[in-house]
Amino acid sequence: MTDSKYFTTTKKGEIFELKAELNSDKKEKKKEAVKKVIASMTVGKDVSALFPDVVNCMQTDNLELKKLVYLYLMNYAKSQPDMAIMAVNTFVKDCEDLNPLIRALAVRTMGCIRVDKITEYLCEPLRKCLKDEDPYVRKTAAVCVAKLHDINAQLVEDQGFLDTLKDLISDSNPMVVANAVAALSEIAESHPNSNLLDLNPQTINKLLTALNECTEWGQIFILDCLASYLPRDDRESQSICERVTPRLSHANSAVVLSAVKVLMKFMEMLPKDLDYYGTLLKKLAPPLVTLLSAEPELQYVALRNINLIVQKRPEILKHEMKVFFVKYNDPIYVKLEKLDIMIRLASQANIAQVLAELKEYATEVDVDFVRKAVRAIGRCAIKVEQSAERCVSTLLDLIQTKVNYVVQEAIVVIKDIFRKYPNKYESVIATLCENLDSLDEPEARAAMIWIVGEYAERIDNADELLESFLEGFHDESTQVQLQLLTAIVKLFLKKPTETQELVQQVLSLATQDSDNPDLRDRGYIYWRLLSTDPVAAKEVVLAEKPLISEETDLIEPTLLEELICHIGTLASVYHKPPSAFVEGSRGVQHKRLPPRAGSGESTESPDVGQSGPSEAPPAVIPSQGDLLGDLLNLDLAPPTATVPSVQPSMQMGAMDLLGGGLDSLLGGDIGGSPSMGAGLGAAPAAMPASLGSAPAVGGGLGDLFDLGGGVGMPTGSYVAPKTVWLLAMKAKGLEISGTFARRGGIIQMDLSLTNKAMSVMTDFAIQFNRNSFGLAPAGPLQVLTPLSPNQTIDVSLPLSTSGPVMKMEPLNNLQVAVKNNIDVFYFSCQYPLSLLFVEDGKMDRQVFLATWKDIPNDNEAQFQIKDIHLNSDVASNKLQGSNIFTIAKRTVEGQDMLYQSVKLTNGIWVLAEMRIQTGNPNYTLSIKCRAPEVCPFVYQCYELVLKN
Amino acid sequence: MIHSLFLVNASGDIFLEKHWKSVVSRSVCDYFFEALERATEPENVPPVIPTPHHFLINVLRHRIYFVAVIQSEVPPLFVIEFLHRVVDTFQDYFGVCSEAAIKDNVVVVYELLEEMLDNGFPLATESNILKELIKPPTILRTVVNTITGSTNVGEQLPTGQLSVVPWRRTGVKYTNNEAYFDVVEEIDAIIDKSGSTITAEIQGVIDACVKLTGMPDLTLSFMNPRLLDDVSFHPCVRFKRWEAERILSFIPPDGNFRLLSYHVSSQNLVAIPVYVKHNISFREGSSQGRFELTLGPKQTMGKAVESVLVSSQLPRGVLNANLSPSQGTYTFDPVTKLLSWDVGKINPQKLPSLKGSVSLQTGASKPDENPTINIQFKIQQLAISGLKVNRLDMYGEKYKPFKGIKYMTKAGKFQVRT
Repeated sequence: MTDSKYFTTTKKGEIFELKAELNSDKKEKKKEAVKKVIASMTVGKDVSALFPDVVNCMQTDNLELKKLVYLYLMNYAKSQPDMAIMAVNTFVKDCEDLNPLIRALAVRTMGCIRVDKITEYLCEPLRKCLKDEDPYVRKTAAVCVAKLHDINAQLVEDQGFLDTLKDLISDSNPMVVANAVAALSEIAESHPNSNLLDLNPQTINKLLTALNECTEWGQIFILDCLASYLPRDDRESQSICERVTPRLSHANSAVVLSAVKVLMKFMEMLPKDLDYYGTLLKKLAPPLVTLLSAEPELQYVALRNINLIVQKRPEILKHEMKVFFVKYNDPIYVKLEKLDIMIRLASQANIAQVLAELKEYATEVDVDFVRKAVRAIGRCAIKVEQSAERCVSTLLDLIQTKVNYVVQEAIVVIKDIFRKYPNKYESVIATLCENLDSLDEPEARAAMIWIVGEYAERIDNADELLESFLEGFHDESTQVQLQLLTAIVKLFLKKPTETQELVQQVLSLATQDSDNPDLRDRGYIYWRLLSTDPVAAKEVVLAEKPLISEETDLIEPTLLEELICHIGTLASVYHKPPSAFVEGSRGVQHKRLPPRAGSGESTESPDVGQSGPSEAPPAVIPSQGDLLGDLLNLDLAPPTATVPSVQPSMQMGAMDLLGGGLDSLLGGDIGGSPSMGAGLGAAPAAMPASLGSAPAVGGGLGDLFDLGGGVGMPTGSYVAPKTVWLLAMKAKGLEISGTFARRGGIIQMDLSLTNKAMSVMTDFAIQFNRNSFGLAPAGPLQVLTPLSPNQTIDVSLPLSTSGPVMKMEPLNNLQVAVKNNIDVFYFSCQYPLSLLFVEDGKMDRQVFLATWKDIPNDNEAQFQIKDIHLNSDVASNKLQGSNIFTIAKRTVEGQDMLYQSVKLTNGIWVLAEMRIQTGNPNYTLSIKCRAPEVCPFVYQCYELVLKN
Repeated sequence: MIHSLFLVNASGDIFLEKHWKSVVSRSVCDYFFEALERATEPENVPPVIPTPHHFLINVLRHRIYFVAVIQSEVPPLFVIEFLHRVVDTFQDYFGVCSEAAIKDNVVVVYELLEEMLDNGFPLATESNILKELIKPPTILRTVVNTITGSTNVGEQLPTGQLSVVPWRRTGVKYTNNEAYFDVVEEIDAIIDKSGSTITAEIQGVIDACVKLTGMPDLTLSFMNPRLLDDVSFHPCVRFKRWEAERILSFIPPDGNFRLLSYHVSSQNLVAIPVYVKHNISFREGSSQGRFELTLGPKQTMGKAVESVLVSSQLPRGVLNANLSPSQGTYTFDPVTKLLSWDVGKINPQKLPSLKGSVSLQTGASKPDENPTINIQFKIQQLAISGLKVNRLDMYGEKYKPFKGIKYMTKAGKFQVRT
């Protein structure tokens, strides 16, 4: 007799059968039927059709049946709001039941029914329950206020529930206090500015008393609330710390970590020379260590937080290195975190032990972990100077293993070691060079090239080595290309006689054959430097570099302080400020550590006067990639979507593209001014002529830079005029018209809301149904003021494409629901597909050719665009404004063929060929795409753009 | 707070969902499945997974992923602790926590989840209280309920809910009054090649089974409380008394519970009860390797080391193992390369050994990695840290209870590097 029997009826008439059973006279049968319904619900079956029948079972004195019906109600009330009203009476009655269990159950369920219409009826019962004589009911009612606030914030405020909730903080029962705090904290999150949790010494005292007596979960709420309090002075701070410390011995790790947060924060205020300060520091270590013997998931969160604590106060755990040693069957996410902390704790005292461990890890199986272990050895070398020699020899041992990824990782860190201890370990270069061929990762290649360039004078065959890299210049990643360029320039400055040819080769490769603006810019700068003043060039390029700092990935101090205030939260797991990622916490206040009290220190930053690293905050170098901090070697990640609008104009080599690109940049009226194109075209021809002819180069560059002003201008895409989407007569007086636009990469829905009714409209909200491309509002609908009769408001709603996806018919159909204080209205509209054309939709020419061939001919669709009186250049400009990029143009027998590419937000590429016969107003458009269903919509966009 | 919960089985199917606020579509789990696919091992799925609108926090227990969906800033430990508590409760109620057990008791599961969390806030998580609200399913009760039509949901407000001792119900009655305590210590250690200890620590717990009538007030004192400087208590323990006198004073919950857990860290010297002599070597160019293991007792205070199980993950290049144990049995799985040797009891006079050769795949080069040896064992009647209970006293009730204390030491993660 188990519940699995409820799943067995899978015949067709299931719902029908259940309905009959639910309406049975027999109690027992009814209950069994409700159980079956619940069972179906849990596995995701839709049993909402049974709503009236289930609600009919609600009036019963059988508690289990009542609970089951309530469960059902919570799930389906939203989809059946009219029906749910039927349940209101029973709720009101149950709220006055003699049994507190039933009163509490009713008030609990009420809040879970997320139907606007119902909430109003629930205010009275809730008010009674908040003042109920039974604390169990009161504590349940407190949570209900938070639920109600989530559904209708205004109502809660109007009804004065917030004040009642505040009063509950002084309740005699600790459980009620804890729940009131929890509810207030949740409400406060959506109201950052309201002073809901108005903490003063009296309330703090009440919270601290309740802390000792409430449940573990309540303790977490109270501790988190305490953490946001700012004590008046160090004495108050100490007394709070004293009363919180016992929580460190709690079995629940979340309680422990919340207590750690409170202590870490309030400790800031205690004077350092206080005995209690030292005692507190000692008390913090054991609970943190204990967290590491818990389940791996808990360990992970604990380790992320310990990482912060160790950065803020390394002294707490400095003797506990061993607990961070990795066990071979730890999950990988635990291993990586432990490793990170090991490096942070590494010091002269324990470095031998740490190195032995790291070497052990470097022979493990997991590649990611091994890599990180190797990297850690390098970081130890940089951090603990005395150990550098030993680290280098360990790294050399590891290189001898010839395990590919170990070697590469080792080379990357050895480069950093060179930067920290120049002219000390260069003897190992020979060993490194032996492994040149096995390097296949960009980072390792770049590191090796840097080493060769930096020590070119000591490597006999430096030019040969670099030349060998140069052969495949175009296939290298940007990182390697930049490094190679710099290295060869260095080599040239050190050995000018033998390497002139090499440097010319690399400069022309960088400036002419590359479409990466960073690489070109760096190439031009070197070129110009070398050609105008070689001595200055030497001073700049071979300048003494600053040593890299000890700790490379420290969190920035202000962020660290903020994160310390958020220990135990998601922010602390991701090491990002809470405002950066958590949805719904709009405008979170930035929390800061309190200033330290006492002898004049209070004005200084809290870091002052502490031991070790915090005394002189080390310069922070961006943690990604390599550590080449100096300007010339600065390696930016390959630019992504931010610059593509600049790219076409820079396309020096590809002459036929130039006109098109420029035109759009300079705006339509100039329309392909030949002089500009020519001016630019001349430059590259002059450039490679000779290194000495500075003026020509200068001229070319000058032209290039002059363009600067025009380059950044946003290219406007075509925006259709607004059309009426929702008629006033269909929507109780609300008229909505709108259109879609893509501005600067952001998709916007422009709406005009007109109130044609007699009453004021408020509380607007908008929602989209799932659609083909996952369009969804990126923020709430910003209608801040009420809309009075006959008034129109224009709003722009930014959209994202990360919403849920469902294929629509037609493809570009969008179903929208708009809500206001009157009702919810639905309409559907269609958006031009050009909305989804992204800015980096320009395909490489080679890729285009290959892709065109690759897509089967069945996927090709042909269209006629009639009555267009534009020449091909103007047309391609216009199209480019809507992110349809012309990649190449060919003219065959008076017919212009434009090859174009488009990329959609979901990564689908569309390729097109447009044929334009001079004098013929009809264009032929062939579109190829792996998803042929989009073709007609792309065609629509072409037509729209070209005709407007 | 916790928004929704999805239970996902080993094959990646969602078999139960529960929403405490609005319904979150199942599709949110796609992000979890992506992470699951990326993970090399089931246990390598990261515990916290961000998605565009939610965070997914999961724990893996009994081959079931418990995936909680949260929307706002919530302490992740809070969620993880709660999830573990849910699993514990299921285990408590159904004996095992498996997909089949959950499906068999789906309505009870739903009732439990509803009772444990309200609007994402934990409501009742103490098993004592839950059991009064929702009776655990037993065969007898099911039969009785079917006949009499009564329910398995309590009609009364649980007395413990609001009292000062929420963990204990009132009106407990037993004919035999007994209080048993188990001191169980797990020793975690990493031993290096040469046999010296890299790190060793002890995780200890005192689990209790207390069946006493009325409202007993117990005190437990230790011979050497100094050992316990890093402890976590059950909420019933009076912390002030511990701070002042180093005595555990408490009104116990009824039934089984964990009184305290403690940690003896590597700072103190930890006794290592077994040693391993090993010789695992491969020669360059040869397809055979030598394998020798010998186990022996070290610091066991004269107690026998039992239930010894040795396992080791041999290098990938190993094809097979041809070994002979002096006692017990061994198996080698040529697919997973896992060698395990069930040794049994260590006889100090005749040390168990496992000797022989391992063959490498033809053409495979000498393996780079050195296998780590994992050892499990048990030692009865010994707490390896040296912890000893002095006395147990009961106040507040008149009867004389049976008292008992058992000690045991087990290997936790006990690893020997080679």
